[in-house]
Amino acid sequence: MSELHAETVPFVRETMLPPAPPPTQEAGAVRWLRTNLFSGPVNSALTILGLLIVWFLVNHFWNWFAHSVWNAGSLSECRQIIIDRWGEGSTGACWAVVRERWMQFTFGFYPSGLYWRPTMAFGLLFVALAPVLFSESRKIRRIVLLTAAVLTLSAMAVLGAPTHWFIFAAVIFIGATVIAEQNPGRLLIFSLLFPFLGVWWLWGGSLWGPIMALVGPVLGWVAYRLLGRFSPILAGIGMILVPLLWWIFLAGDAARDAENLASLAIPAVASDRFGGFLLSITIGLSGIALSLPLGIVLALARRSDMFLVKTLAVMFIEFIRGVPLIALLFVASLLLNYFMPPGTNFDIILRVIIMVTVFAAAYMAEVIRGGLAALPKGQYEAADALGLDYWKAQRLIILPQALKISIPGIVSTFIGMFKDTTLVTFVGLYDPLKSMSDAVRASTDWKGIYWEPYIFVGLIFFIICFGMSRYSMYLERRLQREHR
Amino acid sequence: MSDTAIPAQTPFRLSMLIYDRRYRSLTFQVIVFILVMAFGWWLISNTIENLRVLGKDFNFGFLFQRAGYDIPQPPIPYTSDDTHLRAAVVGVLNTLIVTVLGCIAATVLGVIVGVARLSNNWLFARLMTIYVEAFRNVPLLLWILVVFSVFREVLPPPNAFRGENATASMIFFDNVALTNRYTAIPTLGMTNDPGSLDLGWRITISWATIAFAVALIGGWLVHRAIANWAQKTQDQTGSRPTTWWMSLAVMTVPSLLLIWYFGLHLIPPEMKGFNFVGGLNISNGLVALWLALTLYTAAFIAEIVRAGILAISKGQSEASFALGISPRRTMSLVVLPQALRVIIPPLISQYLNLMKNSSLAIAVGFMDLKGTLGGTTLNQTGRELESILLMMGIYLILSLIISAGMNYFNSRVKLKER
Repeated sequence: MSELHAETVPFVRETMLPPAPPPTQEAGAVRWLRTNLFSGPVNSALTILGLLIVWFLVNHFWNWFAHSVWNAGSLSECRQIIIDRWGEGSTGACWAVVRERWMQFTFGFYPSGLYWRPTMAFGLLFVALAPVLFSESRKIRRIVLLTAAVLTLSAMAVLGAPTHWFIFAAVIFIGATVIAEQNPGRLLIFSLLFPFLGVWWLWGGSLWGPIMALVGPVLGWVAYRLLGRFSPILAGIGMILVPLLWWIFLAGDAARDAENLASLAIPAVASDRFGGFLLSITIGLSGIALSLPLGIVLALARRSDMFLVKTLAVMFIEFIRGVPLIALLFVASLLLNYFMPPGTNFDIILRVIIMVTVFAAAYMAEVIRGGLAALPKGQYEAADALGLDYWKAQRLIILPQALKISIPGIVSTFIGMFKDTTLVTFVGLYDPLKSMSDAVRASTDWKGIYWEPYIFVGLIFFIICFGMSRYSMYLERRLQREHR
Repeated sequence: MSDTAIPAQTPFRLSMLIYDRRYRSLTFQVIVFILVMAFGWWLISNTIENLRVLGKDFNFGFLFQRAGYDIPQPPIPYTSDDTHLRAAVVGVLNTLIVTVLGCIAATVLGVIVGVARLSNNWLFARLMTIYVEAFRNVPLLLWILVVFSVFREVLPPPNAFRGENATASMIFFDNVALTNRYTAIPTLGMTNDPGSLDLGWRITISWATIAFAVALIGGWLVHRAIANWAQKTQDQTGSRPTTWWMSLAVMTVPSLLLIWYFGLHLIPPEMKGFNFVGGLNISNGLVALWLALTLYTAAFIAEIVRAGILAISKGQSEASFALGISPRRTMSLVVLPQALRVIIPPLISQYLNLMKNSSLAIAVGFMDLKGTLGGTTLNQTGRELESILLMMGIYLILSLIISAGMNYFNSRVKLKER
C-alpha cells in the first residue's frame, strides 16, 4: 500500500509554508469598505445616497456654523460683524443671543439678585439623588458629588450668594461626601427632606410652612404608636386621619404663629416669575418624583382581584390616556377653579404639576402593568407559598422584579414627560422653548432671530433626554441578575 | 378527620370585616367606593356652587348660536354665519385629516428608516440613527415651530414666482409651488362631471368619488376571491395558478376606465396677479404640522419596526430557507407575520399619540378641534366648562375608535394560541 502511495505522490512537503498575507481586497480599510459600504449594487447606491445627504447638509449649514459670532449686543450688530469679517452676502449663526440672554433662558424672570437660590437647590439635588441613583458605584458617586459641589459653589460665588448660605451649601456638600464614603444609605434622610427644602428655596417665604407640613407625618407616627396599644384598627385609622386633620385645620395657623414668634423667612418669589429651564426642570422633576408612586398604585389597582377597584383604575387610566395633555393643562388653568371650593386660588405651577403628574402616572401605570404581566406566575405563587401577605409579597418579591423589567418604559415615560413640559407655554407659563424665544424676539435688539434660540434650547433638551436614556441603559446593565 | 372538617360556624364579629380574608376585600371595596363617590360629589357640589356664584348655568345651547369667526379652508362648507356646532365639526374633521395624513406618512417613513437602521451599510445606518435620536430626544413643539419657521422665513413669497425673470420656480414639473404663505398644489378636474350626492347639512359628495370607492373596494374583494380560489386549487392539485395579472387587472382596470370616462385630469396652480389660483393653496400651518408630526412619529415607529424585526430569531428565516422557500415568500410568510405581532400594539399607541399631538396645531394657527371648540368658541362664548368637557369627550371617543379598530386588526394578526 505504502509503496504504491509513494509512487503516485512524487513530492511531499516537509515544512510548513509561511502564512501569506491576505489579499489586499480582504484586509484593512479596503475590506472594511467592501463589507460595510460597497457589498452590492443596492448597498453602493445607499452609500452614494448617504454621501449626498451628508454633502447637502454640510453644503447648506457649514458656512453658517463656521461664521458664528459670540460677542455682539444685537442682531444687527451681529450681522454687521459677519459681513465685515467674511464679506458681503455671507450669513452666520449669531450665538451672541445665547450669551446675552443666558440668564433669561435659565431662570426666566426670577429676580436676578436671587439667582443663587435655584442654583443651590439644583446643586444640592445631586446630594439628594446620590443615595437613590448612584449608590452602587463609589467612583461614580464621588465624581458626581465633587463635580456638583465645585460647579454649584463656584456658580453661587459668581451669582453673589450671601456668605452664610455659601457656607451652608459647602458644609452640606462636604458632609454628604464624607457620609457617603461610610454609608450612602444615611443620605436618604437628606433625600426625604429635600422636597420641602427645595420648595422653600425656590419659592421663598417662611421655613415654618414646610416644617409644619413635615410635622404631619410625625404626628401620624405618634398617633400610631399611642393608639397601637388599644387596637391595630384604631392605630391605622389614626395614622391616616391625624396628619390629614393637622394639615387641613392647624398647619396653616401654626406656621403663621411660629413665623410671628421667630421669623425664618427669605424673600418670596411669585410663580409668574418662574421661567426657562428652571420652570421645565421644576415641573419635570416634581412630575417624575410623584408619578412613579402613583403609577405603581394605579398599576396594582388595575391588576387587583377587586372588581370595583379594578374598574375605577381602568376608567381613570383610559380617560387620561385618551385626551391630549394640552386639554388637561387647560383644565388646570381654566376649570380647576370650578372644581375647588369657592374662593380657593392655588398656585398655577402647582396646578400644572398636578395635571402633568396625573397624565404621566396613567402612562406609567400601563408600563408597570406590562412589567407585572411579564413576570412568571411562579413568582406570585412562590410568594404566596412563603406565606407573605399581599403588600409584603409586592414589596419583596413582585415589584422589584417587575420594576426592573419595566425600566426602559419608565424612563421613556419620564423623557416624554420632560419634553411635554414645554407645552405649559399654552397656559401662559414661560417655558424655555416658545415663550422665552418669543420674549427674546420681542426686544428690538433681537427681533427676527429664530434659529439660534431654537437650536440652543433643543440642544439642552437633547442632552438631558439622551442622558436619561443612557442612564436607563446603565441601570439595566447594573440590575441584570441572570445570564451573566 | 375532625381536623379537616369544616370549622364550626363562628358567630359574626365586626372585626371579621378586616381580619377575615372573606370579608376584607369587600370592606375595602366599599370604603374605596364611598371615598370616590364622596370626592366626586365634593367636586360636583363645588362646581354647582361656583357656577351659582358666577351667575352661569351649564348648558350646551351656545353650540347652536352663530359662530362669527372664519376657518380657512374648511373641509365642509362653512362660513362665519354658521353655528358653533358646525365649527366644532370642522375642527374634528381637520384633526382627523392631519391624523390620517400623518399616520400614513409616518408609517411609510418609519418602516423605511427602521429597516435602514438595520442595513449593512455603515454610513446609511449611522445617518438614520442620528435622525432617530435627534427627533426622539427633542420636544415635538420645537420641530413644529422650526418647520413652521422654515416655511415662513426661508421660502419665497408668492409674488416671487411672478413675471418673466421670476426669482423662484415651481417644482414637480411646474405643479407644486412652495411659498411662505401657502403650498400650492394641483387639484383634480373632470371634463364629464357626474354631479354630486347631497348628504344633507350642506355636505355634498361627488358621484365620481363614490364610483372610485366602489371600484376600489370591489376590485379588492374580487382580488380576495381570486386568492382564495388559487389557494383552493393549490390545496387540491398542489400547483398554484398564476394570478398576479388577474389581481392587477381587477384592481386597476375599473379605475382606469372611470378616469377615462370622467375625463379626470390635474389642474396645476397658475400665477394670476399676486397669488396662485386654479390649484389648491394649502395653508402652511397644516403642511408644517403634518411634516413635523410625520418626522417626529416616524422616529418612534422606526424604533418599533427595528425592535420587531430584531425580535424574530435568525433561526426562523434559516429554517424557512432550509425548507426551500424563496427569500421573498420567507419575508411575507415567515418573518413579517411574526414581526407584525410585536410591532402592532406599540404602533397603535403611536397612532394615538399622533392624534393627541395634533392638538399642538394651536402653535401654528391651524384650526383643529382645539383651535375651534377649545379655542375661539371658548373665548367668544366664555363657556370654558362646557367647551373643554365636550372637547375632552370628543378626543376620548376618537381615541377609543382608533384603538378599537387597531385592536381588531391586531386580533387578526396575533398568534393563534390553542
